[in-house]
Amino acid sequence: MGLKNKDLLGLRQLTADEIMEILETAKMMKMVLMSGNKKTSHLQGKSVITLFYENSTRTRLSFELASKYMGSSSANISATGSSVAKGESLLDTARTIDMMATDIIIMRHSQSGAPHFIAPHLNASIVNAGDGMNEHPTQALLDMFTMYEKWGDFAGKNIAICGDIYHSRVVRSNAIGLNKLGANVSVYGPRTMMPIGIDQMGCRIADSVEDAVKGADAVMGLRVQLERQHKSLFPSVAEYSQFYGISPEMLAKAKDGALLMHPGPCNHGVELPTCVYDCDQSVINEQVTNGVAVRMAVLYLLNARRNNV
Amino acid sequence: MNIILKNCKVLNKNVSTLYIKDGVFCDAFDDKDADRTVDLEGKTVIPGLVDMHCHLREPGYEYRETIATGTASAAKGGFTSVCPMPNTNPVCDNAAVVSGILKKAKDAGFARVYPIGAASKGLQGKELAEMGLMKEAGAVAISDDGKPIATAELLRKVLEYTSDFDLPVLNHCEEMTLADGAMNEGAVSTSIGIRGIPTAAEDIMIARDIIMAEYLGLPIHICHVSTKGGVRMIRDAKARGVKVTCETCPHYFTLTEDKCIDYDSNYKMNPPLRKEEDRLAIIEGLKDGTIDCIVTDHAPHHQDEKCVEFSLANNGIVGFETAFALGYTYLVKENIITLEKLIELMCYNPSRILKLGRGGLDIGDDADLAVVDIDNEFIFDKNTMLTKGRNTPYDGYKLYGEPVLTIMGGNITYEKLC
Repeated sequence: MGLKNKDLLGLRQLTADEIMEILETAKMMKMVLMSGNKKTSHLQGKSVITLFYENSTRTRLSFELASKYMGSSSANISATGSSVAKGESLLDTARTIDMMATDIIIMRHSQSGAPHFIAPHLNASIVNAGDGMNEHPTQALLDMFTMYEKWGDFAGKNIAICGDIYHSRVVRSNAIGLNKLGANVSVYGPRTMMPIGIDQMGCRIADSVEDAVKGADAVMGLRVQLERQHKSLFPSVAEYSQFYGISPEMLAKAKDGALLMHPGPCNHGVELPTCVYDCDQSVINEQVTNGVAVRMAVLYLLNARRNNV
Repeated sequence: MNIILKNCKVLNKNVSTLYIKDGVFCDAFDDKDADRTVDLEGKTVIPGLVDMHCHLREPGYEYRETIATGTASAAKGGFTSVCPMPNTNPVCDNAAVVSGILKKAKDAGFARVYPIGAASKGLQGKELAEMGLMKEAGAVAISDDGKPIATAELLRKVLEYTSDFDLPVLNHCEEMTLADGAMNEGAVSTSIGIRGIPTAAEDIMIARDIIMAEYLGLPIHICHVSTKGGVRMIRDAKARGVKVTCETCPHYFTLTEDKCIDYDSNYKMNPPLRKEEDRLAIIEGLKDGTIDCIVTDHAPHHQDEKCVEFSLANNGIVGFETAFALGYTYLVKENIITLEKLIELMCYNPSRILKLGRGGLDIGDDADLAVVDIDNEFIFDKNTMLTKGRNTPYDGYKLYGEPVLTIMGGNITYEKLC
């Protein structure tokens, strides 16, 4: 089987079978990760570069650790402290990295479509680590892996996602991926943060947090960028948390034992209170561990494809 | 140069030979007095096309296009008259820049160039530019193109002041506070995470312009209409007698927003490509006369300005060398409008709105014409273009109506080598 494309640009480009293969591979990688000896040789003799034009803790570190656990030579480049700060274009920067016999470039960029734009110009495989408001495929894959571990199946499962839907690449990737696997996605947030036509991505637009989470098998909060308050997208943090936050009462409307998820970083007390973050149903910390396993799986499968072509 | 064109079909005329002497159409003369006799093998002669909205980039952006390359490109597209917008550097907001453009155009000799002057100094939307002096120097209309005339108050002043000089005002309609985006707002922009520009941004400004023109009883021309709502408002306004005219571009009746799905910046322009319902409304507006003109909005950009992240790419596509063929293929060949109507949209109406006196094919008229091949399909190849720009979404399109010979003022300005 394996992956069809050279790059992982988004879940839009993956079939349901490819997504399942990544999740199955991640299961094995998690066993490696949880074992006493985290060293494999899958990426031995390969180079993996992270190229980050935006800040990141989880995504960047988990990719870096994933590639190191698998034996690759890896290095990191960020927009500050490289020739990007001297005004080098994205294409030139990417080509420069490519020409150093790089195998896999993991890129985060503030512009939607940036990895799609450079991918055809490069020999290296591009992994999209978040592009603007478009997709964050490995985040959705780790979210889905977390669900898959608990449920073993996606058919008919209901996932509620609440918060800033408009700016969220996590929502887009999750909506695309979960739909492909037969789950139902409901979204809710302030109308000012609800993009026109999101229903045409297969999302049900809920009327309230309660409507979104009622009967949900998983409830996902999204980080609100507090600076959006100044763009008049919501009037205040207090009002936001009251009408759009996931309170313990709201979480109780979901199914018993529903998963509480958040891609992080979380504004405690805004999108959800600390007591929800830390509640028994919360899998937020497991998501972080699963992020490494899923990224190991992605690197493994992309490398396997490179070796076979 | 004395030219005889033989074996041609002439639009609306029952002749098969045209005689040109001293730059004008003339009575028959003897073959031996001709410097050039061309057998057109049944191809169609149309009046030279008039583009009332283009960007020639000179002065200031010669790396994108010069007046010489732009007008050569126009000639290849069958245009004999073009009207460049004032967003040059320096801005065409004074008589000296107008004169400079005309001088360069004359030296190049590929097309009649009718500059459009800025409405406000430096396109800043604050003080009136010297419109009277620009008209004296040869400007034919006023616009702050690229941006709308900034405020309702300034629009009022511009409409009033230009009326003293009989200068048409062309307005780019976009409510800027709603226009912080890179493509049409809708399911596609949401899906691919690109900030959208709502049709409401265009419609609100069209409404403002219609209201102001109606209130003052003065004419206004709306640039590049792309929305269903815009067409409807202009249709209603015309029916009540408001002196509003408008234009659209070939991309708004041939392409839709879904083309942006792969982040190809050759589909990025402003106004953005809209939905199918908008495209159909544009076609309806062309058919029923709501839309008066087809313009190119020819906007050459350097590769470095287009081969970047989608949202960072410059807006606009080149248009001279595809406009007629797109109109012919998508409108005439589809039996939506007649060839006569297409010529009205691409020649007579722009000439009338700007009072250019173009479009004649009678004895004594300036010999401005294009010969088009409407019977044979051709494959458009972007690398054959004469414009410096390569930013076209139409590469590889199979089209009808290729211009094969263009004559302006009795001089051959383009000729396809057979």
